[in-house]
Amino acid sequence: MTEASVYPAIFAGLMGLAMLIYAILDGYDLGVGILLPFSKTASNDQQRDRMIASIGPFWDANETWLVLAVGILLVAFPKAHGVILGELYLPAAFLLVGLILRGVSFDFRAKAAVSHKRLWDHCFRIGSLIATLAQGYMFGRYIHGFDTSLGAYGFAVLSAICITAGYHFIGACWLILKTDGDLQARATKWARRSLWIMAAGILAVCIVNPLVSERIYDKWLTLPNLLLLAPIPIITFGLVLVVNQFLKGFPYSSDRFCWVPFASAVVIFILSFHGLAYSFFPYIIPDQLTIWEAASATASLKFMLVGVIITVPAIIGYTIYSYRVFWGKSSNLSYDAQ
Amino acid sequence: MNAAALFATVADPTVITLARIQFAANISFHILFPTITIALCWILLFFKLRFLKTGDQSWMDAYSFWIKIFALTFALGVVSGITMSFQFGTNWPGFMETVGNIAGPLLAYEVLTAFFLEATFLGIMLFGRGRVSERTHTLATWLVAIGTSLSAFWILSLNSWMQTPTGHEMIDGIAHPVSWWQIIFNPSMPYRLTHMMLACGLTGAFLVAGISAYRKLRGDHQPSVNKALRTGVVLAAILIPIQIFVGDLHGLNSFKHQPAKVAAIEGVWETQQGAPLLLFALPNETTRSNDYALGVPNLASLILTHDANGEITGLNDFADHPPVMPLFWGFRIMVGIGLLMLASSWLATWLGRKQNPLPKWLLTTLLGMTFSGWIATLAGWYVTEIGRQPWLVHGILRTADAAAAIPPSNVGFTLALYLSLYVVLLIAYVSTLFLIARKAGTPQKSAKDAPAKPTLGLTVEESRA
Repeated sequence: MTEASVYPAIFAGLMGLAMLIYAILDGYDLGVGILLPFSKTASNDQQRDRMIASIGPFWDANETWLVLAVGILLVAFPKAHGVILGELYLPAAFLLVGLILRGVSFDFRAKAAVSHKRLWDHCFRIGSLIATLAQGYMFGRYIHGFDTSLGAYGFAVLSAICITAGYHFIGACWLILKTDGDLQARATKWARRSLWIMAAGILAVCIVNPLVSERIYDKWLTLPNLLLLAPIPIITFGLVLVVNQFLKGFPYSSDRFCWVPFASAVVIFILSFHGLAYSFFPYIIPDQLTIWEAASATASLKFMLVGVIITVPAIIGYTIYSYRVFWGKSSNLSYDAQ
Repeated sequence: MNAAALFATVADPTVITLARIQFAANISFHILFPTITIALCWILLFFKLRFLKTGDQSWMDAYSFWIKIFALTFALGVVSGITMSFQFGTNWPGFMETVGNIAGPLLAYEVLTAFFLEATFLGIMLFGRGRVSERTHTLATWLVAIGTSLSAFWILSLNSWMQTPTGHEMIDGIAHPVSWWQIIFNPSMPYRLTHMMLACGLTGAFLVAGISAYRKLRGDHQPSVNKALRTGVVLAAILIPIQIFVGDLHGLNSFKHQPAKVAAIEGVWETQQGAPLLLFALPNETTRSNDYALGVPNLASLILTHDANGEITGLNDFADHPPVMPLFWGFRIMVGIGLLMLASSWLATWLGRKQNPLPKWLLTTLLGMTFSGWIATLAGWYVTEIGRQPWLVHGILRTADAAAAIPPSNVGFTLALYLSLYVVLLIAYVSTLFLIARKAGTPQKSAKDAPAKPTLGLTVEESRA
């Protein structure tokens, strides 16, 4: 490989990493937003406070991974950025409106007059939902290379529902990890409900992708690839079954294994992501534009890589530190628990 | 529309206009919040350091009050900023295609060095007191302050490069980097960065003074309010003369590199020696002259060339020049507010020395000037950005050539969506600031026993107040 071909590959990997981390981290906090309960009981009010408190110190940094992912797309693959966001102009606008609504509600709810708090809570939930649906829809449109057939649009809608289920699931798993008592029990129910929709979504992508793209079909379903890649779907669906069993028996007498569903969700996200990344590489727009065709000048990529090598480990380091600072059940953080 | 067709079609003028209005609306909305957070974070750090030095609880009270406003402002800045990173591609694909090799890395460095730093340590700054040591909490405040300023550094560097591009070469119509040092520290960058940072300082200072004045006017005389008020007016009093000085240097720099912009600011149509400084005029693009002009003879030449008979090239001698009216008046609004800032902050500093209470009329004036920094910053910013037109990147890329070929209905629809959202949020933001101020003035029963430590409860606690 020549120098000019290595740098785009590095940045494609980095963008993938940023997207994966984004999907996991903002995935759980968007999921928590969607799950906010709203019936008019005092315990629901308290549960909303606790749920939002559980993501309080993190959501801002979580969202930054999206800025990094879109940023790398913009700066390392400017041609693809223009095409992708040009095609996804309207859903991207909805995504942004959703993220704006959600981000500001988070702060307004705590500072506004009491009578307005519920309104901001609603905005928080609606914003989370809009952002999630928009992401799923954009993802579905992207997978089919912005094909304009009815089937492709139908797939995008399906994808919107399944990504929402996925975030719903990882959000519920986060709550199982970070809360206890009644809220934790409710989160278990939420997790079980969304688990199967998410699994169906992953399955749908697995089936549709090789069907619509001969290239992807060849990449997965010929020997020896088939055997080498088999662990990805097997582990993914195995984990789904394991988590389902685990959730059935919840709650356990000791809360020692409360991390299991969240960890499994993370592994499922990672495996699904790798499956997709493998399918699409080296295309940045499926079957149309490769990462090399879309890349910026090598001199610019080199200059950025210096920054990446220095800062990304530091970012990961202080992100871990921040999670350690706020380790444990989020109820300990609020005055409610005292 | 497929990828190829997207670029094959040429954007029509309606789309360009709508895309420009949309971008201007988004970026104007966005800039309001960083101007506050960039300064407020350093002010918070000052409160914290005073508390650590003196042990005086009222400094910590000031910190606790202002951190709520900081958190709210920061959230608005973050979410409106995300919109920007999407819009570069959606509305201006030509921008990244032509100068992406330069603009890209600068934007990337902002995200890598500043964004994550601010966002992560903000969590610890807001909710970490009691969970981490006092020293670590102060360190987190430092890091957030450094992060926000670093963010400004990269953005201003890119913006300045768009005004005075250097350190690149054009190959087949695309800019390639030659010297990053020259790109980052381009000729107008030091002036622009300093001018903007001082503008942030003034915006933050007047916000702190204005909200504190509001609390005092409502009879809230806690020592922390006095401390914040004093901090605000003294900071403003120190910064404003520096700003006037730096603004003058910045003007000289623009005169050297972008003379058409300066000619529009001064309303100079014909090249002339000893140009007057116009206090009032209505620049008229049709007659290419000024209606109702009222000026001080020779003063513009004196300011710009430091010679009463210095020559200023008139607008008629430039092939392209920016629209005159917005620059002419934008500049006068900025300077006018600057003078008001000078008068009010010096008066308040003088009258407020030795713990004298400020007279009511002065508190009312400060309250009236709570958001004066916003108006001055926006006015100044329009001058500099509109002043670059018709270029997006001076001498390299015209604005019209960078616009996307998106159906006008789409741009129009999203414009309406953003605008209505922004109006609602701006009203909510401003009214919430005053609500927070009123709440802080009403002593709560639980205020005494509420522990100062675990502050994530802050959200829960406050919402009950």
